[in-house]
Amino acid sequence: MTFGTLPYVLALVLMLIGLYVIVAKKNIIKIILGVLILEHSINLFLLLQGYRHGGTAPIRAPGQLDTEAFAATSVDPLPQALILTSIVIGLGCLALMVCLAVRLYERFGTFDITRIRELRG
Amino acid sequence: MPAGMSLIVKTVARLAVSFITVFGIYIIIYGHLTPGGGFAGGTILAAGLVLLLLAFGRQRARQIVTHEAVITWDCMGALGFAAVAVLGYVAGGFFVNFLARGEPYHLASGGTIVLSNSAIGAKVGAGLFGMFWALAAFRSSRTKEEQP
Amino acid sequence: MSSLLPLFVIVPLAAGFIAPLGQFWNQTHGARTVRALALLAGACLLAGSLALLGRGPVVCWIGGWPEPGRATVGLSLVVDGLTELLLVTVNTIAFLALLYSWSYVQRFTGQVLYYCLFLIMLAGMNGVVLSGDLFNVFVFMEVAVMASYALVAFGVDRSELEASFKYIILGSVSSLFVLLGVGLLYNLTGQLNMALVAQHLAAREPTPAVWLAAGCFVMGFGLKSAMVPFHAWLPDAHPSAPAPISAMLSGVLIKAAGVYALCRILFNVFGMTSPTGSAYAHVLMTLGALSMVIGVLLAIGQWDFKRLLAYHSISQMGYVLLSIGVGGAVLAAGGSKTVAGLAVFGGLFHLVNHAVFKGLLFLCSGAVEYATGTRDLHELGGLKKNMPATSGCCRVAALAIAGVPPFNGFFSKLIIIVAVAAAGYWMLAGMAVFVSFMTLLSFVKVQRYVLEGTPAHTTAAVREVPFPMQVAMVGLAIGCLLLGVLAPLHKDRLITPAGRVLTDERAYAATFQPPTFDVTIPEIAARPDSQERQP
Repeated sequence: MTFGTLPYVLALVLMLIGLYVIVAKKNIIKIILGVLILEHSINLFLLLQGYRHGGTAPIRAPGQLDTEAFAATSVDPLPQALILTSIVIGLGCLALMVCLAVRLYERFGTFDITRIRELRG
Repeated sequence: MPAGMSLIVKTVARLAVSFITVFGIYIIIYGHLTPGGGFAGGTILAAGLVLLLLAFGRQRARQIVTHEAVITWDCMGALGFAAVAVLGYVAGGFFVNFLARGEPYHLASGGTIVLSNSAIGAKVGAGLFGMFWALAAFRSSRTKEEQP
Repeated sequence: MSSLLPLFVIVPLAAGFIAPLGQFWNQTHGARTVRALALLAGACLLAGSLALLGRGPVVCWIGGWPEPGRATVGLSLVVDGLTELLLVTVNTIAFLALLYSWSYVQRFTGQVLYYCLFLIMLAGMNGVVLSGDLFNVFVFMEVAVMASYALVAFGVDRSELEASFKYIILGSVSSLFVLLGVGLLYNLTGQLNMALVAQHLAAREPTPAVWLAAGCFVMGFGLKSAMVPFHAWLPDAHPSAPAPISAMLSGVLIKAAGVYALCRILFNVFGMTSPTGSAYAHVLMTLGALSMVIGVLLAIGQWDFKRLLAYHSISQMGYVLLSIGVGGAVLAAGGSKTVAGLAVFGGLFHLVNHAVFKGLLFLCSGAVEYATGTRDLHELGGLKKNMPATSGCCRVAALAIAGVPPFNGFFSKLIIIVAVAAAGYWMLAGMAVFVSFMTLLSFVKVQRYVLEGTPAHTTAAVREVPFPMQVAMVGLAIGCLLLGVLAPLHKDRLITPAGRVLTDERAYAATFQPPTFDVTIPEIAARPDSQERQP
């Protein structure tokens, strides 16, 4: 395992942690945090697609107007735009999940999903 | 018990909110030159408003930023973004840049990017603050029912 | 015409964001104005989608970014036969659901927010079927699905909240897997435009990363289309939503964000004729067959009207996936194109028919609940006396889903069974016949307990539902009849072009036209970027 694959391993470990938390934990807030961890791991994976070894940030310094040279040294900015969108989507989803959790606590009196099981069959 | 926090917090919050708002607006409108843009700047604006709410309590914060104001900024942000996109038809297509592109590295060099960023910043700021406020108001309405 | 394509997304989105402003007005006036605005938006979209039929492949590039010669940086919206079919279906069901909501939603508080979320969901679905860019499919799917999470929890009661929570957690995980698949494809090909990704994938031999990406997409979109290992959210979420939203969810969301996206990606991006194609086809077939059988077996024992309909959605989506999978398998094995075309035709025809009759069934169940206040089959009965329009439409829909001629379900199921048998999968064709029989049994039960029998004391004094609800239901019932009887007339405009897009896979990649722009920007002509500017 070279140094370059270490961030991918991190993304995989975070993904598995997130999935474990969603599947195995009973508290609603912990499940929401599991979704958040999974989302961070996938954003990390997506961001790593744009990395270039020894590349610069995709911001043009003053005076650097040559597009060809700029594109040859900077990292790929497209995955950064993709994860920005993904983070915003995740934020919206998180807000909705938290609102649902608050309302569920109001109706059921508990955050334990094993006690919120009215719909069966 | 008076709402909000102590006098020290209120005084510092009054000073800080101005700076936070200016910083948020800076991040929004320089979005095409430095990292940031609409979403990041909008989050900072919302954080400033949340500071207001925490320091002064819900009632006072609602007087400063009313429910109608939040909804209006929210919807106007989204409609402003849609308007920028539809106005692009004037210049030949959907979402095409119809403003003059100025000189590089200047504030006025982004074309319609500044308008789009401002719209998104307004929407995100209003939206995030509205979310926080709705959750705070919900919790308070519930604890009020429980009190004898 | 091509530059007006983004309006399919912008019109409902703008209307959806004008809607919350209606709260500031007087309560009743605001709600009435928002209602009318939403219906107007729905009518414009329906007219637009009907006008788009038969216009052939149309590509719209957004933003005026010219191709710099190295990579395509623009977003494209692509309309071909499959998109036209889905657009017409989505916008028709949406318009009729909006008409039905005119009266139905008056019993809820927060009507204005209902219309806002509905229009955003509609914008998202239109965006999914129009998008020609992989990441854009993900974004619009998320927009649509997020609105549906909120709509499922709309009547904030215990069961609705629980159903919405399950739906949101499972839906978020599946969307994240779709995003993982998009990231993998970007790594493999360096492109996000679906046509370009297809060209790149066709030019290289498959590595395990391609398998993983395909698996991620099957998992992600499979959950949205309620395929069997991923179906657990649907029987809770679809009954909990208000009735017109259930009609939209079962009728079009699982198709636009689920089946359409899955088929577009597996057929047009990965390719069934590639070396890995037969694996994808067999996965679709197996999961489709499982969905069919498990859905209907679980549906028969249900006593909640809407939960029964939700399980039947799983089963009917199994039909669609089975048939399209068989078409893909025949293509992958290099078999007869006629059989493959017939199987894909049957699947897509059943997709449209299911949108119509399942939408009608959910609207009828909503009418029954509106009038009697209950969904439990034990407590209903004898409704045909007092609710003639609703019971007539319910009967039509039940006959259509059971596959009784001359309604549309019969023809599409017949084509599916014949095609699956002609492809050599006799066991699966037999299973399809068995499932159809069980569907008939299940809907005989529904008709017996809802419409026939003596009215229980709770249902003796019901009245017919308001006029807009009746109009919407009768409209869909007429659609059930006409889609079946007039099939030879409409098939060449609606369904055959869509089927051809899937069977003739390379056609999608060939629709890629690099953007050529003729934009005029005030006072500055196009200048090369490398020109140094003096401050």
